[in-house]
Amino acid sequence: MELVPALARWLHLLSGIMWIGLLYYFNFVQVAAMKAATADGTAAGISKHVAPRALLFFRWAAVVTWLAGAALLGGYFVSAFTLSKGYAGIGVGAWLGTIMLLNVWGLIWPNQKKILGLKPATDKEKNKARRVAFLASRTNTMLSIPMLFFMATGWHHPF
Amino acid sequence: MKNPLDSLWGTVISGVVLTVILYEVVKNFLN
Repeated sequence: MELVPALARWLHLLSGIMWIGLLYYFNFVQVAAMKAATADGTAAGISKHVAPRALLFFRWAAVVTWLAGAALLGGYFVSAFTLSKGYAGIGVGAWLGTIMLLNVWGLIWPNQKKILGLKPATDKEKNKARRVAFLASRTNTMLSIPMLFFMATGWHHPF
Repeated sequence: MKNPLDSLWGTVISGVVLTVILYEVVKNFLN
């Protein structure tokens, strides 16, 4: 066992579970919970105490997952991202993960800051932010399905 | 047409369909 790839794989899995676990929490649990909580006037508990903490671990776990994945690819990083022969399977997985990371930092987090009141926004801006963040989060949930297939099947590559 | 991402089932089914498409693309064109 080589130490650096083993540590990179370990960290990739740990942080990946946190990232995708929280993504599934948002999509499978919190969206429906917020709807019900808004209806009975208890949504502030989630938006004030739960969502900011979940988003903190979510966005930083995404960064750690990507960096550990890049370390795990090591010298095959370029081969994977250029979808070279024999590396296209893991390359597609790596691209999907990269798109998801960009979605987290470019769309989900900036819009969640407006929704949660961490950044000033009018009601109209908040409503727009809610829709964009929701669709970006759902897009990541959709992309996680093929991403995990290509990451986990070990298809035509040594990882 | 309704956006499939508005429902959880639509999201999951879209993900599975995308998986099959990408699998076929990699198998037939990139390997």
